[in-house]
Amino acid sequence: MTAALEVTNLHVNIGENRILKGINLRVNQGEIHALMGPNGSGKSTLAYSLAGHPAYEPTAGQATFDGHDLLEMEADERSRAGLFLAFQYPVAVPGVTVAKFLRQAVNSRRQAINPEDAGMPIPEFRRLLREKMDILGIDQKFAGRYLNEGFSGGEKKRAEILQMAMLEPKIAIMDETDSGLDIDALRIVAEGAVRLHEMNHMGVLVITHYQRILNYVQPDRVHIMLDGRIVESGGAELALHLEENGYDWLREKYGAAEAV
Amino acid sequence: MADQVLERDQTENEMLAGVNDDYATKYGFADAEDYVFKAEKGLTEDVIRDMSARKGEPQWMLDIRLKAYQHFLERPMPDWGADLSGIDFSNIYYYIKPSARQEDNWEDVPSYIKDTFDKLGIPQAEQKFLSGVAAQYESEVVYHNIKRELEDKGVIFLGMDDGLAQYPDLVREYFTTIIPHNDNKFAALNTAVWSGGSFIYVPPGVHIEMPLQAYFRINAKNVGQFERTLIIVDEGAYVHYVEGCTAPIYSSDSLHSAVVEIIVKKGGRCRYTTIQNWSNNVYNLVTKRAVAHANATMEWVDGNLGSKVTMKYPAVYLMGEGAHGEILSIAFAGHGQHQDAGGKVVHMAPRTSSRIISKSISKSGGRASYRGLLKVAEGAHDCKSNVVCDALLLDERSRSDTYPYIEINEQDVTIGHEASVSKVGEEQVFYLMSRGIPEDEANAMIVNGFIEPLVKELPMEYAIEMNRLIQLQMEGSIG
Repeated sequence: MTAALEVTNLHVNIGENRILKGINLRVNQGEIHALMGPNGSGKSTLAYSLAGHPAYEPTAGQATFDGHDLLEMEADERSRAGLFLAFQYPVAVPGVTVAKFLRQAVNSRRQAINPEDAGMPIPEFRRLLREKMDILGIDQKFAGRYLNEGFSGGEKKRAEILQMAMLEPKIAIMDETDSGLDIDALRIVAEGAVRLHEMNHMGVLVITHYQRILNYVQPDRVHIMLDGRIVESGGAELALHLEENGYDWLREKYGAAEAV
Repeated sequence: MADQVLERDQTENEMLAGVNDDYATKYGFADAEDYVFKAEKGLTEDVIRDMSARKGEPQWMLDIRLKAYQHFLERPMPDWGADLSGIDFSNIYYYIKPSARQEDNWEDVPSYIKDTFDKLGIPQAEQKFLSGVAAQYESEVVYHNIKRELEDKGVIFLGMDDGLAQYPDLVREYFTTIIPHNDNKFAALNTAVWSGGSFIYVPPGVHIEMPLQAYFRINAKNVGQFERTLIIVDEGAYVHYVEGCTAPIYSSDSLHSAVVEIIVKKGGRCRYTTIQNWSNNVYNLVTKRAVAHANATMEWVDGNLGSKVTMKYPAVYLMGEGAHGEILSIAFAGHGQHQDAGGKVVHMAPRTSSRIISKSISKSGGRASYRGLLKVAEGAHDCKSNVVCDALLLDERSRSDTYPYIEINEQDVTIGHEASVSKVGEEQVFYLMSRGIPEDEANAMIVNGFIEPLVKELPMEYAIEMNRLIQLQMEGSIG
């Protein structure tokens, strides 16, 4: 049974501002979707809303994940159900090491299933963490550093993918994971995601401005957002078309205001 | 690196196994009182004379006690800090002696005292890395065990009463030289009625690798605990002394007023670590001061949880050229608590350096204040000092204040001062939750992370205890 992320007519406000104005989207486990669109079109808002950020208020519509009503779940429940968000700007948590954080995250999953669970045994966790770090070309010292504190842009993104690899989600949303990465870092990060897709049948929603990450993470479907709605959906060729022509033709076609 | 982190986590997890147990059963146990001698409530000159006579003290000590008592009577209550109006000096026992003689063999310790120690994990702790235990139960040291190697090195580690009995000249030479009998009202009270505490002397060049530990604990209702500690670190010597406190929960107020005097001679180094977790009705008013002579180092590591009111500002006087002082302070103020903590450093000599790092957490309407003094005397040129105080507020009802007093009488100095107040960020909590970590655990992680830079300075067992205490505080349903 494969999971699906299904969004129907989703409206979301931040405070008084209407940001999402009726999103329809379905991502099945095992599929790769790309979500593109100009700044301010609501891509990140969609990502945060689906991950359960408390400041994002759904006002209409539905979102389900693997049959659960996503909008009724807390952020931690959504994560444990198998939904993952790779943050564009992961926050620092001073004093909490990457290892400690990941162990807590792994154990939270186990304990949600069995409250008596004593946590993953240390040797097993250590092996798992080493294995994932090796695959992503991350130095072992990384585990002892404080989460995202003083990380370079590339390190932050790599840490996000490491978390994804450790938690093995059914569907991952990658919010501009490519921004701020040089070409080598981009390749490593993208290959990490593709490996999870291939090995675990992970579904991916790649939010990006650029074609280049899509050269590695090749999408089955491409969606374009404009002013809080998905206005075009198509195959991989749609991303190439955008790369060549920009967004102006869409603005003309849909009469949207200039991007903020 | 990763392995080390994980191993510590594992131990932590094992130790945390019982964390959800009820706090009152875990820490609030109270044994039936069965004491050899219990003085009457309240303080008079007769109580002091009687106490001193029972201890068989020299006349000079009685004289100091009586002089201090006079000063205590004359000195007004301090009005510049926390609210102390709830203290009723007439409703406190000033002297209790729980067993007739000092025990030096664990088997001989009375079983009710042993039960308490068992609950505190003392024997296990000793097995693990103690080099000596001086566990204070009530007002006198009942169990005191020094390993032979310490004795061979000429180290003295005794209860203060025994220290006075066995080394009267040494005690007399230093007693009240760092904190005089008239220093402040509560130091005067302590000097008048002190009982127990530790006496440590480390001879020149001797390094004690394992921390020396004492476990202090108030048990009887309305017991005032007035331990007195005197540590002398001779030239080029090193000692790390660790003091931990838990107290049972009682409904009426208790007073804890300790005095700690430390002398670190030329090139010596002393680290004094305290983790305390008094029950929420204890007034904890402590005077701690050290002098560091040329090229000596004094470090205070001070963790304050629990109590109703804490006023405590460990101080270092840098008396000789090249001396270094360090104060690391953690305070956690929960519901109904006021932690008024901080540190004082006085640079009296050139090329001295100091660092104060204070971290406070306020929760459920608690109040944490940083109160610090940084003073550079005239002529103390080329001094360096850095003060950092960070406060973390867990909710809107809680409070944090900073009172940094800085007095610089010399041009040629480098002083840094940073203060920050932050709230547990919604974005941090969301980030941790987005990885499947429940909200309360996410909050506890952020708080533990906030104090981690100080916790990692603690011996591992205390680091674990500190994290455990934080977790208990975070789970506290009050408020």
